[in-house]
Amino acid sequence: MVEALYTLFGGEGEFLYFLAIIASIFAIVLPLLIGVAFAVYFDRKIWAAVQMRRGPNVVGPFGLLQSFADGLKLFLKETIVPAGANKGIFIIAPMLTFTLALITWAVVPFGPHLAIADLNVGILYILAISSLGVYGIIMSGWASNSRYAFLGGLRSAAQMVSYEVSIGFVIVTVLLNVGSLNMTDIVEAQSGSIFNWHFIMFLPLFVIFYISALAETNRPPFDLPEAEAELVAGYQVEYSSMAFALFFLGEYANILLMSALMAILFFGGWMSPIPGDSFIPGWLWLIIKTGFFFWTISMVKAFVPRYRYDQLMRLGWKVFLPISLFLVIVYAGVWVYGDLIPK
Amino acid sequence: MAEVDIKNYCLNFGPQHPAAHGVLRMVMELDGEVIERVDSHIGLLHRGTEKLIEQKQYLQAMPYFDRLDYVAPMNQEHAFVMAIEKLMEIEVPERGQYIRVLFSEIGRILNHILNLTTHALDVGAMTPILWLFEEREILMEFYEAVSGARLHAAYFRPGGVHQDMPKGLDERIMKWTETFPSVLKDMEDLLIDNRIFKQRNVDIGVVSVEDALNWGFTGAMLRGCGIPWDLRKSQPYEVYDRMDFQVAIGKHGDCYDRFMLRIAEMRESLKIIRQCLNDMREGPVLSIDNKVAPPRRAEMKTSMEALIHHFKLYTEGFKVPEGEVYAAVEAPKGEFGVYLVSDGSNRPYRCKIRAPGFAHLQAMDFMCRGHMLADAPAVLGAMDIVFGEVDR
Repeated sequence: MVEALYTLFGGEGEFLYFLAIIASIFAIVLPLLIGVAFAVYFDRKIWAAVQMRRGPNVVGPFGLLQSFADGLKLFLKETIVPAGANKGIFIIAPMLTFTLALITWAVVPFGPHLAIADLNVGILYILAISSLGVYGIIMSGWASNSRYAFLGGLRSAAQMVSYEVSIGFVIVTVLLNVGSLNMTDIVEAQSGSIFNWHFIMFLPLFVIFYISALAETNRPPFDLPEAEAELVAGYQVEYSSMAFALFFLGEYANILLMSALMAILFFGGWMSPIPGDSFIPGWLWLIIKTGFFFWTISMVKAFVPRYRYDQLMRLGWKVFLPISLFLVIVYAGVWVYGDLIPK
Repeated sequence: MAEVDIKNYCLNFGPQHPAAHGVLRMVMELDGEVIERVDSHIGLLHRGTEKLIEQKQYLQAMPYFDRLDYVAPMNQEHAFVMAIEKLMEIEVPERGQYIRVLFSEIGRILNHILNLTTHALDVGAMTPILWLFEEREILMEFYEAVSGARLHAAYFRPGGVHQDMPKGLDERIMKWTETFPSVLKDMEDLLIDNRIFKQRNVDIGVVSVEDALNWGFTGAMLRGCGIPWDLRKSQPYEVYDRMDFQVAIGKHGDCYDRFMLRIAEMRESLKIIRQCLNDMREGPVLSIDNKVAPPRRAEMKTSMEALIHHFKLYTEGFKVPEGEVYAAVEAPKGEFGVYLVSDGSNRPYRCKIRAPGFAHLQAMDFMCRGHMLADAPAVLGAMDIVFGEVDR
């Protein structure tokens, strides 16, 4: 993507290359942030529809500008730092969360090799960055100097670490089949027809990935770190104005990322499900698929109660981890036996 | 290495906590997330109701009862007017009794809707509350139709109820009893077989039969342990002895049993409401003894005696013969009792209110001990606490 822009700009000199990098970052981040704003809106609308109420409907046509109004309001508010808080860490934590949520998108391909950084270790990069995400939360929980925030931070750290393990195993299995860590290669391994998409071969793994993704992004039924009934708002409890907004945007960017990952790993990324379809561009297919998974995640929020902390840990370590480990061994065993692993 | 002294984590739960059901403040001692001790602090909503009642005439004291358990106001009024009626030995006309029973049961459903849905909210299910509050709103409209107020009705009077129901209300209520079960079913579909909901409630906050009796539990908290104790059955007042209904009981005494029991109670209440509407006959709704109940307005235009009665009732009030009495009703939350001492004047000498929530809240410590922090809201939710009546 950077290369393409570089040649478009003329293809000479370091400065132009730098400009091309900046331009491609903007080309991803701006639509992403606008997408996040609308994701918040649609999340609220879907939730409202399930609960038989109207949802946001005042700001702009059908309330479409609600998220922007909320953002503007938060932007204009004062950031309150509690007296006992560790000021530096308190301010850095939301920035860290937000930054990490955005930079993972660097390797997400919107078409063949159409990513800011077409890394050969793309999926590894995503795993690494999303593991770092826990720092923002644990830092905020610690720096707030509030008991609710501290408990929320601890819960979140334990939860994200637990479910990352099974996500890791799911990805390992997919990678064994693909034979590459490059995101583009993962999608291209599913080319041909809809029957080559991974979800057919890896349906149990997809289920585990989906549930772990809910836990990873702190969505219900795993929204323990911010469980309203117990911890009020968990690690966000002391945050206000833009600092809160950064957490909020980061959370939704992460949810969209997980939806996109589901599409890329299991549902053929930018590939069209219709044979011979060339009029809908690939990036639009990726957005449609991401939107679909986001919709399902929204629906889950409306239907389920919340797990208790120990139940969540039990589910992660005693159910998902053994199953995903077992599946890795089964799939790998079959491939080794049948000599099917790509070399 | 020096010996490390590990202190328990002390968490201040409330009074501005979203799951504290009002203004409850609990000081919790946590070992990790396990609750070691719960210290409930009450009194943040204390308004001195009992003392205020001593300064008021009997009729003026009545609206205070709406403000105790503001979730089911008429049930409280019921206990107070029954205490006065017992002391004064007033007969309530049959239609008045039916209307009282009808609105007591509507109050029960009002209360259970709020309790069940907020209980679900406390364990993280946010949808039921929005579904069922529609129904609650309809019930409030019934309140408004008879009394003019949605919440603080002040509708019951010593000797009956203030006014007859407006025309057509009985049909509206009947119609509602036909549509409500399907809404209730929607909530049941969402929750009762839900694995997460079960995991959060089954075997949480278990109370044994002895504990329940020793701590003075009544209502759903007692029936949840398997004791079929319901004042409507065991010592029927008004026309409850003519009603055909069943007393639901639980088996294990946990939060899930209490939840299911309240759903069953709502269905029984619907049965009672239908029977009231069918059996009700035309007739007076308020005692015709003009020493306690005001005369009709039309009568006052012509009768000198009626005018005098009206004047005396609204200036001096009525006098209650000396004595003491305890009257209790099966309020949605349990046994709501009024202990009334009269010195023969027009003001109560003492009015002690027995609120079921107060007895239940004492148990918070032993019910939560050893459970996780997240279980505390579930236990509290299933306990059905409203601070208006606990703090009084």
